Amino acid sequence: MSVGEARPHEAAALHVTGHALYTDDLVVRMPHVLHAHPVPAPHAHARMTRLDPGPAYAIPGVVRVLTAADVPGVNDAGTKHDEPLFPGEVMFHGHAVAWVLGETLEAARLGAAAVAVDYDPLPSLVTIADAIAADSFQGAQPVLARGDVDAGLAASARVIEGVTELAGQEHFYLETHASLAQVDDDGQVFVQSSTQHPTETQEIVAHVLGLASHQVTVQCLRMGGGFGGKEMQPHGYAAIAALGATLTGRPVRVRLTRQQDMTMSGKRHGLHATWRVGFDDDGRLQALDATLTSGGGWSLDLSEPVLSRALCHIDNAYWIPNVRVQGRIARTHTTSQTAFRGFGGPQGMLVIEDVLGRCAPVLGIAPEELRRRNFYVAGQTTPYGQEVRHAERIDRAWQQVLDTSEFAVRRKEIDRHNSQSPHSKRGLAITPVKFGISFNFTSFNQAGALVHVYKDGSVLINHGGTEMGQGLHTKMLQVAATAFGLPVERVRLAPTRTDKVPNTSATAASSGADLNGAAVRDACRQVLGRLEPVRERLGAGAAWEDVVRAAYLDRVQLWAAGFYRTEGLSWDAATMSGSPFKYFAYGVAAAEVEVDGFTGAYDVRRVDIVHDVGDSLSPLVDIGQIEGGFLQGLGWLTLEDLRWDTSDGPHRGRLATQAASTYKLPSLSELPADLRVALLPHATEDGVVHGSKAVGEPPLMLAFSVREALRDAVGAFGASTGSTSGVSVELASPATPEAVWWAIEKVRG
Amino acid sequence: MSTEPAAGPGAAVTVNGAARALVGARPPVTALDWLRGLGLTGAKEGCAEGECGACAVLVARPGIDAPTEWTAVNACLLPAASLAGQEVVTAEGLGTPAALHPVQHEMAVRGGSQCGYCTPGFVCSMAAEYYRPGRDGFDHHALSGNLCRCTGYRPIVDAAEALGAPDAGDPLAARTTSAPPPTLPHHEGGWVRPASLADALALLGEPGAVAIAGSTDLGVEANLRGSRPGLLVAVDRLDELRGLTVADDVVEIGAALTLSEVERRLSGQIPLLDAVFPQFASRPIRNGATIGGNLGTGSPIGDLPPALLALDAELVLVSPAGERVVPLTAYFTGYRQSVLAAGELVARVRVPLPLATTTAFQKIAKRRFDDISSVAVAFALDLDAGTGTVRRAAIGLGGVAATPIRATVAEQALVGVPWNAEGIAPAAALLAAAGTPLDDHRASAAYRRAMLGQALPRLLATTAAEGVRS
Repeated sequence: MSVGEARPHEAAALHVTGHALYTDDLVVRMPHVLHAHPVPAPHAHARMTRLDPGPAYAIPGVVRVLTAADVPGVNDAGTKHDEPLFPGEVMFHGHAVAWVLGETLEAARLGAAAVAVDYDPLPSLVTIADAIAADSFQGAQPVLARGDVDAGLAASARVIEGVTELAGQEHFYLETHASLAQVDDDGQVFVQSSTQHPTETQEIVAHVLGLASHQVTVQCLRMGGGFGGKEMQPHGYAAIAALGATLTGRPVRVRLTRQQDMTMSGKRHGLHATWRVGFDDDGRLQALDATLTSGGGWSLDLSEPVLSRALCHIDNAYWIPNVRVQGRIARTHTTSQTAFRGFGGPQGMLVIEDVLGRCAPVLGIAPEELRRRNFYVAGQTTPYGQEVRHAERIDRAWQQVLDTSEFAVRRKEIDRHNSQSPHSKRGLAITPVKFGISFNFTSFNQAGALVHVYKDGSVLINHGGTEMGQGLHTKMLQVAATAFGLPVERVRLAPTRTDKVPNTSATAASSGADLNGAAVRDACRQVLGRLEPVRERLGAGAAWEDVVRAAYLDRVQLWAAGFYRTEGLSWDAATMSGSPFKYFAYGVAAAEVEVDGFTGAYDVRRVDIVHDVGDSLSPLVDIGQIEGGFLQGLGWLTLEDLRWDTSDGPHRGRLATQAASTYKLPSLSELPADLRVALLPHATEDGVVHGSKAVGEPPLMLAFSVREALRDAVGAFGASTGSTSGVSVELASPATPEAVWWAIEKVRG
Repeated sequence: MSTEPAAGPGAAVTVNGAARALVGARPPVTALDWLRGLGLTGAKEGCAEGECGACAVLVARPGIDAPTEWTAVNACLLPAASLAGQEVVTAEGLGTPAALHPVQHEMAVRGGSQCGYCTPGFVCSMAAEYYRPGRDGFDHHALSGNLCRCTGYRPIVDAAEALGAPDAGDPLAARTTSAPPPTLPHHEGGWVRPASLADALALLGEPGAVAIAGSTDLGVEANLRGSRPGLLVAVDRLDELRGLTVADDVVEIGAALTLSEVERRLSGQIPLLDAVFPQFASRPIRNGATIGGNLGTGSPIGDLPPALLALDAELVLVSPAGERVVPLTAYFTGYRQSVLAAGELVARVRVPLPLATTTAFQKIAKRRFDDISSVAVAFALDLDAGTGTVRRAAIGLGGVAATPIRATVAEQALVGVPWNAEGIAPAAALLAAAGTPLDDHRASAAYRRAMLGQALPRLLATTAAEGVRS
């Protein structure tokens, strides 16, 4: 029995000993590698009037300067043709206008500094507010609508309106973007890349080089974290390496420093939302009218599907009969924002949680009661028309958290603490998560796998998914071992390559195990089906190795290509309606915080989580995803603070927090003192591999509980405390100690 | 030049127990670059500024509770040349996939690795604590300099807490019982380790020469801003700069002692410093950074200067012309500037005794571990338990001006007032007006002002809770 067994990561022994290889670790194992360094533009927006590579060649060790003139194919790093690999117009501070290849990274760096570039600076838009004021938008402007919002608001007992602004987030995968390209004797290009989407990396490299896809192979050994940041963003760097390799005939390495990565690569979208919401006398949501403006940055990248998912998650776990949500994407002179764990879902969900958190005191209803009262019930549908299957799991997880966290008892203890502690207040909150699983775009919901059984009975599997730490490969080994009835040690997994499994979707949308697991199982079942006659002939007790050997001698094909497509999905992007998700993943978290009234600093004292992963394929992996996602969400909501230079000074548009010393992600000190995670029992998901559910993204949003607990604690500093005080607490996102301090000051009056 | 030791052909580093020739190790090549060049790619570059710890490795350093201690350092900051003659252990040297080290085993089986990129660094930091002689339990601060983006840290903490003591036959544990490797004079490209303070001072008189100790600041300058000094003069192992004496009237701290050494050797003797160190950067940084370096860089946001200002510290500066004593209040002259002359070094820090009765360090930052202060306030007050008034007050501030400063106006307003809310109110208002705080990405000027204003009431609340000691 392997599926369902708690196993360490399949590469854990390699990780802990430093033996696991990442893309850039290959460089010292390969002779004659050239190193690439970008030439960054020092303006947020400018026209490039001259680019002279000449002076760079005076630097010893500089081999080649890459410019737009070198591109044999399409000068574009993306799929939308709005993202030139070598730009003529600088669109953000740090935009690479050329790349220098050197014998050493030091030579390339000095060469890049020597490239002579003249710019004609242009006016720039840095913030979403700048873009709204300038009417600067890009891409589709979808509207998600159901019912009659105006009538719903008119009939509401209370109508409340507000603005919610939330910041983006830097992925800060520990491994920065890295690619290493080689060209063989036949001009075949081989790119090793830290990419979540090898197929798309292959396609972009091919179109930049003017090659067909079959002339480019992309391999991803593993990634040192991805989180969505390597879904679309690696392509340009891979293309630079590949272009350099084709022009020089030598291997070329692109590896960004942390500063370069933070300066150049896309991030989670920040969001600006205006909203009007109506409640009936009992606090039941009647209508929501909202406009979401995401900060897309300089090009579209994945901003459109990210926005779609934000719209499709603004309901979170709540039934809202009348909905009108308009979405639009601001075009600003910043990095092009991209996928990040949750893919817009967290932003949409945060809006409704902010609405409920702010409205609860105004309505005179405790926040937890207001939330519970609005939960979906069986038979209801989302604003885009999909039935909320297993809606009862929200109640079940909610009740389990209330019980195991002793919510009611602790509420009283906290109230007692707060009445006796003028300088420190505690807060407690519980929030739900409902998250749709599948790519919104139906076509992406397919996967392939290749399963080889060798004559000695050992098994090698390939699949289209990439490993970024999420444990996908571990789960795939378990699926294959279970299918064949073998110990996991008899199965090996080979690195993800586009020449093994073609036309893959990104490993994204939490879908890796669902899609690839089903494809692996399909391949295994094909092989097993062919083995069945042999097994019958040899008898039930025949050893696996004997069956395989006999099958080979019988000329039975011992390998198979597996395929899977998720059935039953539909999505109409024009009307923003359909049933785009295979199912919903649910979770509930309760958090307790303590806030210092002198500084706004706080501790997370305890967090209780119940999360729905179906029947877990691999519990150690799944709990790791839940905890890690939760803490990453906590970082986004409380700590991580992207600041661009919004002044009119010479550095306008520069990311001021472009290093680990200035952009702080959670460290050990942010781990809650008491963190309790449970998997929702009795949660088999029919129709998914082994009854399991996706787990990558949904747990991130469990961290809403911390933000709402902070709001609760801040409220306790007010003259009249308590959730029914009538005082609405506004909290910035991220709720840094400073932001909490200002919220406290406002409440104190 | 006569004072410069000969270049070290044959200079070697013991890496994972084997001697490796120190070739290709001229600055700006870092220890990380060099180790990776050997094929030891377990240590990674995650940030190149000593913040993430993915590059952490173990080096054998003079110990405090044993002759030698395995010390976790950020290999991304350390010049490779500084490893000459030293002993280094990387994650590859602790164990193999077939024979995991106990730290590696606990990390692996408990889910302590997901993507695995930060893992070798965590393993090294954890192993340093595992081998710390005389440790009682596992000090979480040992992991304060390592970032993980995947796990959420819980399984890593579980792994750390599951560790027992090293086995009797553990070779790395055994290594701590004998003398550390000597730090011999050495010259490698633009990096030189002189034999004596006199030699160092002579070299520092050369144009372009810069003193280097733990390289926690210069390393960042080199990696992030391309700084390439003409000559790096290593002063971190000079005996003349590594003394520590506690006399009746003064504590003298050698400038080349690392912050970890000061923290541990002075533990309990200067409570204000005890309060600062756990909040000062991270363990691997404190293992490299020196007290002299923290003053030498002259940063307005260093955490030590506010505390030393409140302690009325003096600096002994040394140059070929001899020594001079400068009160810390007269040391800083502007943003990252001081009275330190070219070729002059901080030799010792003198903290006069007796100490104030009530001290506290308030650090305002976004993150509790390993963050840079937006505001730092250090208090050293004498409270008269009999009369309940303030006898003497010294307040050091960081992050609110171009240099660390004393809040002299607020100090004066405190003297003689009752230690209660009404008594301190005028001084609290004056403290709120101290300095010239700025808006930046760490905090707004308004928040910095607010925090200055809260500092005294916050201290009062703490002392009220603890009771006034006299």
